[in-house]
Amino acid sequence: MYNLIGAGLIAIGAGIGLGQIGGKAMEAIARQPEAAGKIQTAMIIIAALLEGFAFAALLLGK
Amino acid sequence: MFRAYLKTVFVALIFIAFSQANAEEPTQDHDAHDTTVDGADYGEGDAVNTKDEVSAFIQHHLQDSHYFTLFEKAEDHFFVSLPLPVLLWDDGLQAFSASKFHHGETVAEHNGNYYKLYHGKIYKTDAAGTITYDEDHHPTQAKPFDFSITKNVVVALLVSLIMFFLFKGLAKQYKTRSIPKGIGRVLEPLVIYVRDEIAKPNVGEKKYRKFMGFLLTVFFFIWIANLLGLTPLGTNLTGNIAVTVGLALLTYLITTFSANKDYWKHIFWMPGVHWIMKIFFIPIELVGTLTKPFALLVRLYANITAGHVVLFTLLGAITVAKTDLSIGTGASIGYGVFYFVLAVFITLIELLVAFLQAYIFTLLSALFIGMAVADHDHEHEHDEEGHEIADVEDVRERFV
Repeated sequence: MYNLIGAGLIAIGAGIGLGQIGGKAMEAIARQPEAAGKIQTAMIIIAALLEGFAFAALLLGK
Repeated sequence: MFRAYLKTVFVALIFIAFSQANAEEPTQDHDAHDTTVDGADYGEGDAVNTKDEVSAFIQHHLQDSHYFTLFEKAEDHFFVSLPLPVLLWDDGLQAFSASKFHHGETVAEHNGNYYKLYHGKIYKTDAAGTITYDEDHHPTQAKPFDFSITKNVVVALLVSLIMFFLFKGLAKQYKTRSIPKGIGRVLEPLVIYVRDEIAKPNVGEKKYRKFMGFLLTVFFFIWIANLLGLTPLGTNLTGNIAVTVGLALLTYLITTFSANKDYWKHIFWMPGVHWIMKIFFIPIELVGTLTKPFALLVRLYANITAGHVVLFTLLGAITVAKTDLSIGTGASIGYGVFYFVLAVFITLIELLVAFLQAYIFTLLSALFIGMAVADHDHEHEHDEEGHEIADVEDVRERFV
């Protein structure tokens, strides 16, 4: 029961984080479209790091 | 012409192997095995109708197996599967075929020892194959050290074989032509992509060549293994934590053994901070070297496992809707169509995830290697307290 609540909290946290990353990257690309490639790579790296922590938390809570 | 012929023979051989394996299976009396197990024990083979059976099916799919199974219907003792070699370390090497287990229905006798396959694990038992339990319902029988060639090992070898033939052909073509033809036209841009977009920017222009072998291998291995997991073969290689531990361990070893003096200096005696902080940083940095590969392995494992679970849950929901909700035929057809369409979309997303996970694993490996081998070309000036004084060049580099 509690681990399900924890999983929900992890999903909320990861969702907020991914939203921030994606939103800011979109803004940055809109501002500087010629830097889109670099911004995308940086975005994916940070999203992957966040995802790693989210999954680690999910596994530990299982 | 000759190659097309070879392909036909290869496919025919596989077909014969599987059908032979099927023919070997004897039909046996059902009372031979213990009755404490429910119908879900044989896993993927049984009819999957209820919620519990769907989750048992998914659990079975995520586990490794001693059989490479294409179809089974355990209730009728019908199996189309390839029994794989069993290698046990039990007073010396014990090697025999998994066909002796008859899918867990009988006790395998080898060199006077009796082994039983129970929930995917091999236990050493007496001749009758009795399994006794402790209070937590775990079997008390001894488990010999099992390093069999299981399904995942076979799939890993299969992926290696596919890669070998794909890239052998590509490499050979460069001797006679400047542009490859056939499948090579798909592979060459990917190789160049890994080199130009992953290795060069993250490892560094000067040093990337040494690590291209590892980065390319790990990229294509993960990608092909992920794609094989989406075929009806029912493989789950990168969704197995042991496999991803192996891959991440390679990254860790390469990072550690190719690291230069700067890397170790930044771990054990961080320049530019007060000496008390230097001591504080040692354990933090040491843990940091371990969390990097740990995040790598967990990300790949959890992503692929989650994808498979979601896909099977959606497909299982069709049968659950029919049996558990006891609704009419029309409504259950509606459920079926809805979940099937959903499953198709999830499969398309999984195709993207298969590539993305291979890309991220390679990218982060390149990043970690790059951190370890990066050399600071010019010494920074330090002020009297040891703080780095960043020059204009550095600041410009950071933003441009």
